[in-house]
Amino acid sequence: MKTYLTPKFLVQRDPERCIQCQVCVNQCTFDTHYYDVEDDEVRSHDENCIGCLRCVLFCPTRALTIRQNHLDYRDNYNWRPEVIEDIVKQAETGGVLLTGMGNDKGQRIYWDHLVLNASQVTNPSIDPLREPMELTTYLGRKPDRIELDSESSTLKTELAPQVSLEVPVMFAAMSYGAVSLNVHESLARAATEMGTLWNTGEGGLHSKLYKYGNNTIVQVASGRFGVHAEYLDVARVIEIKIGQGAKPGIGGHLPGEKVSSEVSLTRMIPQGTDALSPAPQHDIYSIEDLAQLIYALKEATNYSKPISVKIAAVHNSAAIASGMVRAGADIIVLDGLRGSTGAAPKIIRDNVGIPIEMALASVDSRLRQEGIRNQASVVVSGGIRNSGDVAKAIALGADAVYIGTAALIALGCHVCQQCHTGKCAWGICTTDLRLTKRVNPDIGARRLTNLLRGWSIELKDILGGLGVNALESLRGNRLHLRGVGLTDTELDILGVRMAGS
Amino acid sequence: MGRWRNSTAKIDAAGIYYRELNAKLRGVVSNGTKKIELHNIHGQRYIGTDLDKPVELEIFGTPGNDLGAFMNGPRIIVHGNAQDGCGNTMDSGEIIIHGHAGDIVGLSARGGKIFVRDDVGYRAGIHMKEYQDKKPVLVIGGTAQDFLGEYMAGGILILLGLNLAEGEHHKSRFIGTGMHGGVIYLRGNVENYQLGKEVGVTDLDEEERHILKQYVDEFAEHFNYQPDEILDQEFLELYPRWLRPYGRLYAY
Repeated sequence: MKTYLTPKFLVQRDPERCIQCQVCVNQCTFDTHYYDVEDDEVRSHDENCIGCLRCVLFCPTRALTIRQNHLDYRDNYNWRPEVIEDIVKQAETGGVLLTGMGNDKGQRIYWDHLVLNASQVTNPSIDPLREPMELTTYLGRKPDRIELDSESSTLKTELAPQVSLEVPVMFAAMSYGAVSLNVHESLARAATEMGTLWNTGEGGLHSKLYKYGNNTIVQVASGRFGVHAEYLDVARVIEIKIGQGAKPGIGGHLPGEKVSSEVSLTRMIPQGTDALSPAPQHDIYSIEDLAQLIYALKEATNYSKPISVKIAAVHNSAAIASGMVRAGADIIVLDGLRGSTGAAPKIIRDNVGIPIEMALASVDSRLRQEGIRNQASVVVSGGIRNSGDVAKAIALGADAVYIGTAALIALGCHVCQQCHTGKCAWGICTTDLRLTKRVNPDIGARRLTNLLRGWSIELKDILGGLGVNALESLRGNRLHLRGVGLTDTELDILGVRMAGS
Repeated sequence: MGRWRNSTAKIDAAGIYYRELNAKLRGVVSNGTKKIELHNIHGQRYIGTDLDKPVELEIFGTPGNDLGAFMNGPRIIVHGNAQDGCGNTMDSGEIIIHGHAGDIVGLSARGGKIFVRDDVGYRAGIHMKEYQDKKPVLVIGGTAQDFLGEYMAGGILILLGLNLAEGEHHKSRFIGTGMHGGVIYLRGNVENYQLGKEVGVTDLDEEERHILKQYVDEFAEHFNYQPDEILDQEFLELYPRWLRPYGRLYAY
C-alpha cells in the first residue's frame, strides 16, 4: 500500500562540513543515514527520521541539521496535521496508535499558573548559603498522637516504618525491559548517593542491583513479574501499582522482542515471551481487596517496610485515596495526566485522567477533612519539570515527588516519544545490548546526582526566600501560593487565592 | 505457645488474630520446628506467608484469604475449605486442600503445587507462569467457575471433574481466555463456546499422558482415590493457540 504519510523531519547535511565519517550512520537506530558505496557519500532517508537529534549531537563537524517538515495543509483548527496523520496511519495499519513518553497535548499545566511567595520587609528572608536549611522528608504512616515517657524523655509510641529522604525527589517507576539495566544502575547509584529512592517499576530487580536495596522501591503490579521473597526483602519500600497516569485503567504489554535473556531473568518469564500485565490486579476488585494485598505484603516482609499504593489521577481520586489510606497504605502515589510511559495507546495517554495539580489538591484536602492525612505520605508524579514544580507540589500538599522524564532527559533523552519502538538511539528505552551501552552508569549516575543537587539548592533558595528554614514549613501551606489566570472554580479546587488577593 | 513433641508444634488458634498467629508461626519456624499443627483456624489470613522454610503446616478448620500468598517453601495441608487467593503469587511449596477453594486459586503462581480435592471458584490459575525449573501445578478434583486459566502464561492446570455426574458438563465459561502459555488438562466434557478464543483443543500425546499420570497419582494419594479410575476417562489438552495473542494490535 502506498503510504500517504510524509517525512516528519528533513535532514539537512552541509556538504561543506560533512567528511563522510559515517558517525551518523552508526548512531542512528532508525536507518535514516546510510553510506552509498558507489558514490562514496553519506546520504539520508528523511522518512525514517524521528527527530531524536542523536546524529546532530554526535556529528563531529556539526554538518547536520534536523528540521520539522510541516506539510502546508490548508489551515484548519479542527483537522490539524497530527489528527490527519494519525488517521492515515490507522488507515494503513488497522492498529491501535501506540506512543511513548507523556501526554504532549495542550491541556492546562497548572504549575505555570501558580506562583510562590517571598518575604519582603515584614519578615526577613533567609540566606541558605549561610544558614541551615532542612529538606529532609520522612515517608510513611505517622501516628495520630505521640506519647513520651516523661522520665527518660523517650518516645513511647511505636512508630510505623519510616523512610528518610534527603531531597523530596525520587525517581519514578521505570521497569527493566522498558529501560535498560544501565539506566536502572544509574538511577540506583544516584538515588543512593543523594539519599533518595528509585523505583524498579514492575519488571523485577536485577540481582546486581540488590546492593542498592536500601534506596530501592520495588513494585508489585498486576503481572507480578519478578516478585519473589528476595525481591521483597531487599527493598526499602514496596509499591503496589494499580495504575499509571499515561494509561489509567489499562494493562501493559512488553512485547517478546524486548524480553532478552537478561530481562527474562528479572521478570522471571521465559526469554522472548510477551509479558502481559492485566488491566486490573485480579486479587483487587475493591478497597477491601486492596487492604488484603497491602497486608499480604506487610506479612510477607514482617511489617518492616512501608507499603505504597500508586494510582493514576482520575475523577474520583480523592475518594479512592481516602479508601487507600484506610486500607493501610503508608504512602499513596498519584500519577497525573502528563505521566509518562514506555508504551501506551495514544488515545488513552492523551485523553484519560486529570491534571496532577487538581488531583493533589483535592486528595490532600479530602484527607485533611477526614482527619487521616497523617496516616499516609502523598507522593505525586506526572510531568514534574523543575524545582519550581516540586516546590509548588509540596505547597499544594505533597510529601515528595517522583520524576521520570526529567531523569531520563538528564541521561540523554531528547523526548522524541519513540520509547515504544525499543530502538532508542540514546540507549535508554531499549534492551538492545548494542544500544544500552550508550548509557554509561558512571556518567549517568553523575548526571542524575548533578540534577538533584541543582534542584536541592534551588529548593533551599525558594525556602529561604519564603523566610522558612524547613521544607516541612512549606508542606501543604497553600498560603505560599497564588494563582494567575485561573477561574474561581480552579482556584477553589486548588485551595489557592488569586494573585493580588 | 503450643505443646512440643518430636519437633512438632501444636497451636490452638481459637480467637487469635492473624497478625499474632503469623508472628507466632515465624517464631516457631525459626526455632527449627519442621511440623506445625494448627487447630481451630477460623479465617485467619496469610498463613504460610513469610516462613521461607520447608516446614509442614497442617491446618484444621477454615483458613482465611491469601493462604500461602507469596509462599516460598512450606507445605500446607488443609482439613477443611480454603477461601480466596490461595497460593497467590506463590514461588515454591505445596498446598493440599481436603475440601473446596475459593476464587483466584494460584493467581500468578510461579512455582509449587496446589491440590484441591473438590471445587474451586472463579479465575482459578489466572496468570500462572513458569520460569526455568519453576513450573506451578494446580490440580482440581471437582469443577471450576468461569475464567479458569485466564491469562495463563505457564504451568500445568488439571481439572478432573470427579464430582460431575455421568454426561454432565463442566460449567466454567471463558476457559483460558487470554492464555499464552502453559497447558490445561481437562477431564470431562466442555463445549467449544466455553473456551476462550485463544484456546486450542487436542489430545494428549505419550509424554503428556506421562506428566498427567504423575500429578494424578499425587492427587490420588493425597485424597485416597484410585488413579487408574481417574485416568481411565478421556482427557482433553487445552493449549494456547498463539504465544502472542495480542501481537498484532498496534500501529507503530
